[in-house]
Amino acid sequence: MPPAPALTPHCGLLPATRIAAVAALLLTAACSGVQTPLDPHGDAAARIATLTIVLFVGGTAIFLLVMGLLGWALFAPGSRRGLLRGRGFVVGGGIVFPIVTLVALLVYSLDASRALVLPREAQPLRIEVIGRQYWWEVRYPDAGEDAVTANEIRLPVGREVELLLSSGDVIHSLWIPNLHGKMDMIPGRVNRQRFTAERTGVLRGQCAEFCGLQHSFMALAVVVQEPEDFAAWLALQQAPVPEPADAQTVQGMRVFGEAGCGACHAVRGTPWQGRLGPDLSRVGSRLTLAAGALENQHGTMAGWIAGAQDIKPGNAMPAYSRVLAGEDLLAVAAWLEGLR
Amino acid sequence: MDDLAPRASASATPNHLPRPAEELERLEAVWRMPRGVSIVTEFNNNLIGPLFVATALLFLLLAGLLGLLIRAQLAVPGLTLVDAATYNQVFTMHGTVMMFLFAVPAVEAVAIALLPAMLGTRELPFPRLGAYAFLIYALGGTFFYCSIFFGAAPDGGWFMYPPLTSKEHSPGINTDMYLLGIGFIEISAIAGAIELIVGILRCRAPGMTLGRMPMFAWGMLVFAGMVVFAFPAVIVASTLLELERAFGWPFFLPERGGDPLLWQHLFWFFGHPEVYVIFLPAAGMVSMIVPAMAGARLVGHSLVAMALVGTAFLSFGLWVHHMYATGIPALSLAFFAAAGFAVSIPSGIQVFAWIATFASGKVRWEVPTLYVLGFLFIFVLGGLTGVMVSVTPFDWQAHDTYFIVAHLHYVLIGGMVFPLLAALYYWSPSLGQPLSDRLGRIGFWLLFGGVNLTFFPMHISGMMGMPRRIYTYPSGLGLELWNALSTVGAAVTALGFLVVLIDVVLHFRLGGGQRDHWKAGTLEWIDNNNYGPRSIPRVQDRYPLWSDPGLRREVEEGGHYLPMTATGRREALVTSPAEAIPQYVQVLPFPGWGHVVAAVGTCAFFFALTVPLLVEAALAFCVMLGGMIHWLWTGSDPAPSATRSVDIGDGIRLPTHASGPVTTSWWAMIALMLVQGVAFSCLLVSWLYLWLVNGDAMWPPPGQGVPAGGFGLAAFALYGAGALAIGAASWLLGRAGQWWVRLALLLAMALFAAGAWADLSALWSGGVQPQAHAYGAASFAIASWQAVHVAIALLMAGYTLARSLAGMLDGQRRLTMDNTRLFWLYVAAQGAAGLGMLHVVPRLLA
Repeated sequence: MPPAPALTPHCGLLPATRIAAVAALLLTAACSGVQTPLDPHGDAAARIATLTIVLFVGGTAIFLLVMGLLGWALFAPGSRRGLLRGRGFVVGGGIVFPIVTLVALLVYSLDASRALVLPREAQPLRIEVIGRQYWWEVRYPDAGEDAVTANEIRLPVGREVELLLSSGDVIHSLWIPNLHGKMDMIPGRVNRQRFTAERTGVLRGQCAEFCGLQHSFMALAVVVQEPEDFAAWLALQQAPVPEPADAQTVQGMRVFGEAGCGACHAVRGTPWQGRLGPDLSRVGSRLTLAAGALENQHGTMAGWIAGAQDIKPGNAMPAYSRVLAGEDLLAVAAWLEGLR
Repeated sequence: MDDLAPRASASATPNHLPRPAEELERLEAVWRMPRGVSIVTEFNNNLIGPLFVATALLFLLLAGLLGLLIRAQLAVPGLTLVDAATYNQVFTMHGTVMMFLFAVPAVEAVAIALLPAMLGTRELPFPRLGAYAFLIYALGGTFFYCSIFFGAAPDGGWFMYPPLTSKEHSPGINTDMYLLGIGFIEISAIAGAIELIVGILRCRAPGMTLGRMPMFAWGMLVFAGMVVFAFPAVIVASTLLELERAFGWPFFLPERGGDPLLWQHLFWFFGHPEVYVIFLPAAGMVSMIVPAMAGARLVGHSLVAMALVGTAFLSFGLWVHHMYATGIPALSLAFFAAAGFAVSIPSGIQVFAWIATFASGKVRWEVPTLYVLGFLFIFVLGGLTGVMVSVTPFDWQAHDTYFIVAHLHYVLIGGMVFPLLAALYYWSPSLGQPLSDRLGRIGFWLLFGGVNLTFFPMHISGMMGMPRRIYTYPSGLGLELWNALSTVGAAVTALGFLVVLIDVVLHFRLGGGQRDHWKAGTLEWIDNNNYGPRSIPRVQDRYPLWSDPGLRREVEEGGHYLPMTATGRREALVTSPAEAIPQYVQVLPFPGWGHVVAAVGTCAFFFALTVPLLVEAALAFCVMLGGMIHWLWTGSDPAPSATRSVDIGDGIRLPTHASGPVTTSWWAMIALMLVQGVAFSCLLVSWLYLWLVNGDAMWPPPGQGVPAGGFGLAAFALYGAGALAIGAASWLLGRAGQWWVRLALLLAMALFAAGAWADLSALWSGGVQPQAHAYGAASFAIASWQAVHVAIALLMAGYTLARSLAGMLDGQRRLTMDNTRLFWLYVAAQGAAGLGMLHVVPRLLA
C-alpha cells in the first residue's frame, strides 16, 4: 500500500488505484454535491471514496462473472458445460475463490481503516457537537466557554479537527459525508471523530439515526474556510453582540424578552441565557434556520417564528403567529437577523 | 441400515399388496376433518399449513401497501401525503410487519404445509402446538396491524432504539404495542421452531437418514435451531424495555446507570441472525426446485447442507455490523468485518452448487425456473453489496442511508420473496391445482423489472446522501431522479403482485392435484391426503422417486410402512434422529377446543396489557390458562392403547406407547430448556455488561449493596432440595404408592416456593432497589425472571398432582411427570446460576 495519502486537488485518490480512479472521475464529476461521500473534501472522506470505488469495481466484476457462469450453465451446449458440473467447481467457486478475494479485501480494508483512525496532529481543533431533538449545539472548547453556535459547523481548511459527539436526549448520528462517515451521538457517551478538511466549501450534514418526529429536518451547514476567515469568524462568536441600531430592532429586543424567548434561547451579553434551544448570539450570520429546514434569507426568520409548528411540526419551538402582533413579530425577526 | 434392508428381495414391499379395503376406510375415518364451525378445532397440517401460508401472504400484501405509501410520499421532494407522525408509524410498521408477520411466519408456514409430505410423515409430532402458533400469529398479527388505523402503531422504527422509545420520549402506547404485541408473536415463532426441530429429527420416513434428508428440511432444521438461539434475545430485550417503561427500572437510561447500547447488542444479536433465519429456508427451497427444474441431482449436496449449518454459526458473530457507527473501537470492528466476509463463503457454495446443478441437467423454462433465476440475479447483487457494507469505513458512509435500504431489499426480496414465489408456483400442484403459466410469466417479469427499478436507484440515492427514515427530503441534492424512478418501480412491483394475487385467486384450489406435475424426485410428490401418505415410504435415496420408479405406486397402494391405524387413533411414526430407524408409533390427539381457547386468551391477555386494562388482562390470562390445561389434559400423555404394539411392515414390531428420552415430548422439553437457557444467559450477560459500563465503583452503586448472603445460601439450598424432591417423586412413580408421589410433589412445591421467596428477600434485605440504578434493575430482573419460572414450575407440579389424583399418572403413563421433572431441574439450575451471578461473582471480583 502507498505510505501516505497523495491528495490531488480534485478528487484525492490514492495512486495505487489511479486506473480505477480515472474511470471513476466521470462518476465523481457527476456525483459532486454538498452531501455525498463521492465528492470528498477531506482526507478521511477521500480514503473512503477510494475504497468505495475499489469495492464498486470489484463487486461489479464478480457479479458479472457469476452471472456469466450462470448463463454458461443455462445456455451453453451440453458438451461445453463439463467444467461446471462437478463438485470441484463448487469448491473452487464457492470456497477457494471467495477466500482468496476476501483475504485480499480484508488486508486492504484493514489498512484503510487503520489509516482512518491514526491521529495526525497532537493538538487537533476540538469541536463539541451535541445532538438534540431536532437541532445541533456546536461548541469550540479550545476557544472558550462563549464560543458557541448551533446548526452550523465552521472549520479551517488544512487543520485536523476532532469532533466530540454527544447527545442531550436520544441517539442521533452526525453525518457530513463529504468529510467523513457517520458517528453516533449516544446519551451518556462521548464519541470522537477526526479528519482534516482539504478543500474549502459549504457542505451539508444530516442526522442519520432516526431520532423522532422531525428526524427528517435535522440537518446542518458545514463551512470549510481559509484559516484566517475561520479565525475571524471564531473571534466574532465570542465578541459581544451588536447593540440594536434602530427603533425596530430596539422593539424587537424588548419583545424577545417579553415573549419569554430567553427561557429557551441564549443571546450573549443579555440576561437571556436559556439552554433548551439554539444559542442565537449570531443567528443572523448563519446559513440556515431550524436545523436546515429553511434558508436564512430575508423573511424566513419571521416565517419561522410565526409558523414553527407548520414548518417543522412537533419541534420544541412554539408557533408565535397567534401570540405576537404582526409588528412585534417582524421586530423580533429584524433584531435576530441583525445579530451577525 | 441393516434394520431396514428389504427382508425378501429388492422388489418386495414392506407390507403385502393388495391391502384390505376396510384399512383405508378406517384411516380416512380417524383423519376426517370436523365439519361446520368445529373446523376451527382441526389442526391437521394439510389445513393449517395452507391457511398459515395464506395469512403470511396477506401480511406481505398489507406491509407492501405501506411500502407503496412510503414510495408515493417520496416520489418528489417536499411532498407530504401523510404527516411526519403518520409516516413514522408507516415505515415502522412496514419493517415490523414484513419481518415479524411476514418473513418468519411465511417460512414456518411453508414448512408446516410441505414438510410432513416431504419427510413422509402423517403429521408433525405436536400438531396442536403448530395450530396454536398459527392462531396467535393470525389473531395477534391482525390486531397489531390494525393499530395503525388508530394512530396507535409503533413509531420508533422496527429496531426500537431507546432512549427514543423510553417513557420520556415516547409516552404513548405505540411503543408498548410493539414490545408486547411483537414480543408475544415471537412465542409463535418459537413454538413453531420447537415443533419443527422435533418433527424434522424424529418424524422422517424410515431410511431417510440425515444424509438423505431433502435440503428444505435441512434449511428448516437450521432455521429452527437459529430461532431457538436468536429469538430469546429480542424477547429479553423487549421485556427489559417494557419493565423500564412500566415500572421505571433503568436498563437503558444512562443517568441511572443504564446504557442505550445494551439494547442494540441484544436486538442485533437477534436481528442479524434473523436475516439468515429468513434466507436459509428459502435457500433450502431453491435447492429443491433447481434439481427438479434441471432434472438433475443437486451437485455438492453435503457441501450445501454444511453451508446452511455454517451460515447459522457465523451469523451469530455479525450483530455488530449494525453498530459500526456507535464508537466501538476500530480493532474490534475488524473482527466483525472478517466474520462478515466469512459468511459470504457458505452463500457462495450454494450459488455455485445451483449453477453446477443447472449445468448438469436440461433446464425447463417454467415459472419456478424464472423465479429462481430472478432470485440468483437479485440475491447475488445484494450479497455483494453486503460484503461492501461489511467493510467498516465504507459502512460509516453507507450506514442508515438508502444504500442500505437498497441492500437489504435486494437480500430479502431476492433471498426470500423470489424463492417463496418460486415455491408457490412449484409446489402448488403438490397441494392442489397448479397456477397459470401465462399469468405466472407476466407476474414474474413485472416483479423482476419492478423490484430492480425500485431498489437499484436507491444505491445511488444513498450514495448521493439520502438518509433512511426521512419523511421528505429537500430538492437540490440530486435526489429527484432516483426517487422518481424508485416510485415508478414500486408501482410496477405492485402490479406484479396484483397479477400473482389474481392467479392465486383464480387458479389455486386445495386437493386433487396432479401429483407428478414436474417429475420431481422427492416424497411430497406422492399422493397425499388428510392422513398424509397412504403408507409411510421406505427411503433409500435422496431422490426416492427418481431412483425407484415403482415407489410411488407401492406407497399409494399401501405397500409401505404403517398403512393402517394401529390403535384407532391418529398416529405418527417416530424414528431415530440420525438414521431414521423406526422407534415407536406416537398416538396423536383428536381435534379439540383447548388450543383455540388458549390462543384467543393469549392474544386478549397481551393486548389488554398493552392498553392497559389490568382486570381484563387477568381474566384473559385465566382463559388462556384454562385453555392450555384443557388442551394438555385431554390430549397429551394419553393412556397406553389396548393395542400394545403393531407390526408396521417388514416384520418391524413397534410399541404404541413410550416414555423417557425416546419420546418426542422429551425432545421438545429439551428444546424448550435451550430457549429458556438462552434467554436467561441474555439476562446474565446484560447484568455483566452493565457492570462493565458502570465500573466497579458503581456496581453496586452507593446506597445499594450485594444481596444478603444468608438468604442467598438458603435459596440455593431450597432450590437444590426442591430438585431432589421432584427427583424423588419421579423415582417413586411406579415404584411406590401414589400418596408417596403426591407427598414428594407437595414437598417439592413448598421448597421451591420458599426458595423463590428467599431469592427475592436476599435482594430486599441487601438494600438492592430496582428503580434507583441499573444495578438494582438488572439484579431484580434476574431474580424476578427466576420467580416467574418458579411459578410456572409450581403450576406444572400442581398439574402433575392433579393428574395423579385423577388416576392419569402411573409408571407407564408418565410423560407429565417426566416433563415436570425436566423443567424443575432446569429451573433449579437456572436459580443456582442466578444466585451465583448476584451473590458470588461480585464478592469474588470486588
